[in-house]
Amino acid sequence: MAYRTPLARVRGLGSARAGAEHFWRQRLTAVANIFLASFLIWLVATLAGADYATVKGTLAKPQIAIPLLLLVVSGLVHMRLGMQVIIEDYVHSEGHKIAALMLSSFFTFAVGLVCVFAVLKLSFGA
Amino acid sequence: MAEARQTVERPLSPHLSIYKPLINMVMSILHRLTGAALYFGTLLLAAWLIATAMGEVPFTYVNALFAHPVGQLVLFGYSWALVHHMLGGIRHLIWDTGRGLQIWQVNALCWLTILCSISLTVALWAVGLALRGQL
Repeated sequence: MAYRTPLARVRGLGSARAGAEHFWRQRLTAVANIFLASFLIWLVATLAGADYATVKGTLAKPQIAIPLLLLVVSGLVHMRLGMQVIIEDYVHSEGHKIAALMLSSFFTFAVGLVCVFAVLKLSFGA
Repeated sequence: MAEARQTVERPLSPHLSIYKPLINMVMSILHRLTGAALYFGTLLLAAWLIATAMGEVPFTYVNALFAHPVGQLVLFGYSWALVHHMLGGIRHLIWDTGRGLQIWQVNALCWLTILCSISLTVALWAVGLALRGQL
């Protein structure tokens, strides 16, 4: 600790230069997901077996679409952080690790875009 | 991290297979496994939403997949993974505050997680099916 400059101590980012950001974001989204995932369970349970018009109409309602969009964003941020830890734990070769982390990001963004696009289309579109 | 280039076959210290499974260890592994399952399970949510947005034909198709016994089993597993990971997450949030870290408390919280996740999931499905008169 004696070798650290006062500036480094104030920044508090540590040797990984990311500080507690990963830890904190994982917790922040975890708390949000408790409420948002519970909402999803309720939504799916009430829409199970419903016909097309009902599902379409329900998903288009702002009071449904907005929590759903929040869940997609919060859930995907959370799961991308989680998968990052899994990859860093088990994939030891640097090349494979970077490739796996990139793939995980691509997967997350693809799933996220599909979900957001679908909900917005239902809300704003025909 | 430095790359460990193993040139000599050295003996490894005992790993997973040698330890008796303890509840906290099993819950730790399950938390990671359910997390990974939920990661890929988001494809189910994406499929449901995009099919609904695309129109009645894709919607009916995806709905039929979910209604199939195999689909129902996958959805049941997905809902358990979600509930289990959520309860495990709450356990971790409690531990984050420095509480519940005595060994007996750790074990009690771990047992509570698995017992509640199973009973809560079964209860959710029972209520859901009963409300639609399928039970």
